[in-house]
Amino acid sequence: MRARPLILTLAHRLAILAYILFALFPLFWLLKVSLTPNDLLYSEGVRMWPSRTSFDHFRFVIAHSDFPLFFRNSLIVAGSTALVVTAVASLSGYALSRFAFRAKYWIVALMLLTQMFPLVMLVAPIFRLLSPLGLTNSLTGLVIVYSAFNVPFATFLMQSFFDGIPKDLEEAAKIDGATQFMAFRQIILPLTLPGIAATVGFVFTAAWSELLFALMLISGNEAATFPVGLLSFVSKFSVDFGQMMAAGVLALIPACIFFFLIQRYLVQGLTAGAVKG
Amino acid sequence: MASIDIRDIHKSYGKIEVLHGVDLTIRDGEFIVLVGPSGCGKSTLLRMIAGLEEVTGGDILIAEKRVNDLAPKDRDIAMVFQSYALYPHMSVAQNMSYSLRLRKTPRERVASAVSAAASKLGLDPFLERRPKALSGGQRQRVAMGRAIVRQPKAFLFDEPLSNLDARLREQMRAEIKKLHGELGATSIYVTHDQIEAMTLADRIVAMHGGVVQQVGSPLDLYDRPANLFVAGFIGSPGMNFIEARYQPGEGSPAARLADGTLVALPHAYALEPDTPVTLGIRPEHVVIGGEGREAAVELIEPTGFGTILHLALHGLPFKVFTTDRKVLNAGNAATISFPPQHLHLFDQEGARVGAV
Repeated sequence: MRARPLILTLAHRLAILAYILFALFPLFWLLKVSLTPNDLLYSEGVRMWPSRTSFDHFRFVIAHSDFPLFFRNSLIVAGSTALVVTAVASLSGYALSRFAFRAKYWIVALMLLTQMFPLVMLVAPIFRLLSPLGLTNSLTGLVIVYSAFNVPFATFLMQSFFDGIPKDLEEAAKIDGATQFMAFRQIILPLTLPGIAATVGFVFTAAWSELLFALMLISGNEAATFPVGLLSFVSKFSVDFGQMMAAGVLALIPACIFFFLIQRYLVQGLTAGAVKG
Repeated sequence: MASIDIRDIHKSYGKIEVLHGVDLTIRDGEFIVLVGPSGCGKSTLLRMIAGLEEVTGGDILIAEKRVNDLAPKDRDIAMVFQSYALYPHMSVAQNMSYSLRLRKTPRERVASAVSAAASKLGLDPFLERRPKALSGGQRQRVAMGRAIVRQPKAFLFDEPLSNLDARLREQMRAEIKKLHGELGATSIYVTHDQIEAMTLADRIVAMHGGVVQQVGSPLDLYDRPANLFVAGFIGSPGMNFIEARYQPGEGSPAARLADGTLVALPHAYALEPDTPVTLGIRPEHVVIGGEGREAAVELIEPTGFGTILHLALHGLPFKVFTTDRKVLNAGNAATISFPPQHLHLFDQEGARVGAV
């Protein structure tokens, strides 16, 4: 390979750097505002870093607001949704990948159809459905709704991962003495871990940051998730930006930890099948 | 070990029938090779014996027990796949012991079976490695090891050597043959490579278009091919075919070629005079030099061991194989003749015509 001219390499790196700065700037601003004491928030004008920082906002958010409750609720909802969806999607994705059955075409078409509607259209009917069942204002209700909306996409995602695993492996397992389910559990599932990690991550973040349904189905603080909770920092006459940003920074933590844990699989998962192993 | 009976097996995918009634009896301990071009149904037949494809019609018996409706795991067979199908997340030892562990074999028995198989295949140093860290030949060996630890009723091989380079293929071929000699296991081996078929088989089953064309020992198929397909498929370079008409003559039967010349036949055949026939002769049986017919030399392919001459005989392509290194240049003419004892005669349907 010929060495690229230095100037091109430089331009390339600069472009990447510019993109990263652009993408991370809002996060930086979030952190900056959360660390700025209230008295400096409006008095210092636009500065890249306040002359004095404090953790007051964080202290207040953790000790004196409902934020820990929102946080817990979000963790329950996002975690359960990720578990339920991944379990269902890995089974259904496997079925779509491996079995030929009647109406397969129509099931796929129906699943695709569910992805075509703007969610706003569905808020009212879903509220009408859940309300007599006592599932509004409950975390269970949210988990059900999120799972329903995420299963189709997650199924397609998992199907593509299963498609990438040679059929020979299962056949070899069956000849070795395994049942279909044992072959799935002992041979195929371990090989799909990257795919599962990618699916879990995708669903978790989707549920973690969902606002529309959380806002519509939940009233009151008891079952509010954190995106809804963030809105509680907006009052009629003012927006408490410092505390809101502090809450936002805290909300980033679980997502960061989560992706840190699965990133090893994730990179594999998203590039799976790109090259022949 | 066991015998395998295949009785009038049919296989259809929807309306398309790919196997049109196959009958085959495989004796205990026999090494059978299913050979044919791609799409001839040989792999499908193997997969049906393994239980990986459903049987559309007919019966499969393993050790005299009908297995049509048995799951693969209950048939007690082992299979070596073309892709090897090693479990990537398991070590070599775990790959080899998977079947025994599924059967809840006591741990000591598993360990001794694996180490016996590993030493037989020279895999001892690799037992703790993952398949990814092995070369193609080693992976192939692990696949074989996985099959032999079980001591199953039969071994099925689905083009196991196709992914190896030529030299390794040759080496593994010999090892498979040696292994079969030691284990004496009933084996069914699918390949499209006629050299593998010839070298490995006790009996070859030549298939074409979902129909068995001929079953016999390798030399049977080579010396007495039952039809044009087998004649053309077995042997390399392939047999030459010449259109001719049968001439009973007066005690000297012959075939008249398109240019009117006669080729002497070894004996008389039960054919009407002037019946159109196809004359077959293998490239290695054609004699060069002496009296005979002239053919232009179009191309010379030296293989080291011998030379393949591409000729034009009466304007049609014709191949000759000779170990004689005598210099013939492209563009020259060669004189060739056909020893009668090496001639094959096929009728218009392509079936071999026997002597009277």
